[in-house]
Amino acid sequence: MQTPLFTWHRSHGAKIVPFAGWDMPLHYHTGALSEHHLVRRAAGLFDISHMGRLEFRGADAAGALDYLVTSDILGLSEGLSAYGLLCREDGTTIDDVFVYRFPDRFLVVVNAANRDRDVVWMRDKLADLDGDTQFADRSDELSMIALQGPDALRIADGLSDGAAGRIPRFGCKIISIGGISAICGRTGYTGEDGVELFPEAGDVEPLWNACFEYAEKNSVELGPCGLAARDSLRFEPGFHLYGHELTNDTTPVEARLKWACHFDRSFIGRDAILARSEEGPKRRLATVVMEDRAVPREGYRVLDGQGQPVGEVVSGMYAPTADCYAANIYVEPGLSKVGSTVVIDVRGREKRAKVIKRPLYTPRYKGE
Amino acid sequence: MMKFDETVQYAKSHEWARQEGDLIVVGISDYAQDSLGDVVFVELPEVGDSFEQGAAFGVVESVKAASDVYAPVSGEVVEVNEALGDNPGMVNEDPFGSGWLLKLKPTDASQMSALMDSDDYTTYTEGLED
Repeated sequence: MQTPLFTWHRSHGAKIVPFAGWDMPLHYHTGALSEHHLVRRAAGLFDISHMGRLEFRGADAAGALDYLVTSDILGLSEGLSAYGLLCREDGTTIDDVFVYRFPDRFLVVVNAANRDRDVVWMRDKLADLDGDTQFADRSDELSMIALQGPDALRIADGLSDGAAGRIPRFGCKIISIGGISAICGRTGYTGEDGVELFPEAGDVEPLWNACFEYAEKNSVELGPCGLAARDSLRFEPGFHLYGHELTNDTTPVEARLKWACHFDRSFIGRDAILARSEEGPKRRLATVVMEDRAVPREGYRVLDGQGQPVGEVVSGMYAPTADCYAANIYVEPGLSKVGSTVVIDVRGREKRAKVIKRPLYTPRYKGE
Repeated sequence: MMKFDETVQYAKSHEWARQEGDLIVVGISDYAQDSLGDVVFVELPEVGDSFEQGAAFGVVESVKAASDVYAPVSGEVVEVNEALGDNPGMVNEDPFGSGWLLKLKPTDASQMSALMDSDDYTTYTEGLED
């Protein structure tokens, strides 16, 4: 599958790779590292139309989503968004999602790789619930781009007469931007300030181009960014990526995501998650920085000091802003504590790594 | 534009070899670095290690992948490019120059002539395009 911006990517030097059934840009000609630094320094634009966008309407939509998603959706105000998880009855995760609440509906953004099964899961569960909830997969009609970085709001504000900047962190609103009506979320997954824009699919290329035109006219540094930079930008601030930090076998307890669970009300998986929390997990997510020089990669074994396997790398890379080789690992809880030393089996060579306090990079907007 | 240095010979696995006096300097081609993307780590052998032609002597790691690199000729390692430790990106910026990987003392000088020259290698890479 291809997003409406595929031809643009192709003609702008993108290296295209398959991702969850989509042909997506991995990076453009300047390379993934420079895209990463650009987003930390100025602004980058990402095509994330491959992600799923599901719409919920009806008098009982809030209650239904509150039951489907781990976080507090009934308590979510109109015009705000929240991170949450879709869990099974046994507490394992199906997906991690962002829920945006509008006066007349909810929009749930899901991972591309999980979209089809999320839709099936939600339809099944909704069928079991009485009430007035209409559910529609709007992924094909709506597109999604992310404008991220410390200068992102200069561009978004310039194109929207300041409307984007009046939206608070995690807020969402339909605005006119670049002459186009689009949902604007003050959200993102890079650890930088910025917006995520949801125009109609037919409007996404004009909006994408408007961002570059505004940036150029007003001397704001802006470049297109691919999936590789998106991965390193989410990795540093400690944001989970489904398929890595979250899987079919992971509950929010191991993944350190109990904060995204609203235990005061019933949601699917609640009791199992509380029980898991009570008994203590068998393994836990930790972030390590390499002490011996090597790149830890997904799937590498984690060993203890005696060479015994104690876990596995789920994400690992050179972290460009932190300027170190780092990994997220799942290990026995005893070894997940800050300061613990573990060994990563890097293609048969034992390389030492130390558990650090998460995250590697603290977003500046958190200090606001 | 892709560069095809004319002073070196090329292996099918995209390493280059340049005769410098008695030694052979080895690196990866511009085509190879462009395919790999940003290089973030280079694992090199020890001085004194010996490799047969075609044997993996190290690993070049890009943002997304780790790729073995193979000896274009047989020989003993007499020097490795230590500067790549702090600046692996030199492999991208200057693959035929400051991004060299190591120097070998060859055991069979005739192996050089069996490698591709830049014209042959250019044709070879054109056949690999998707």
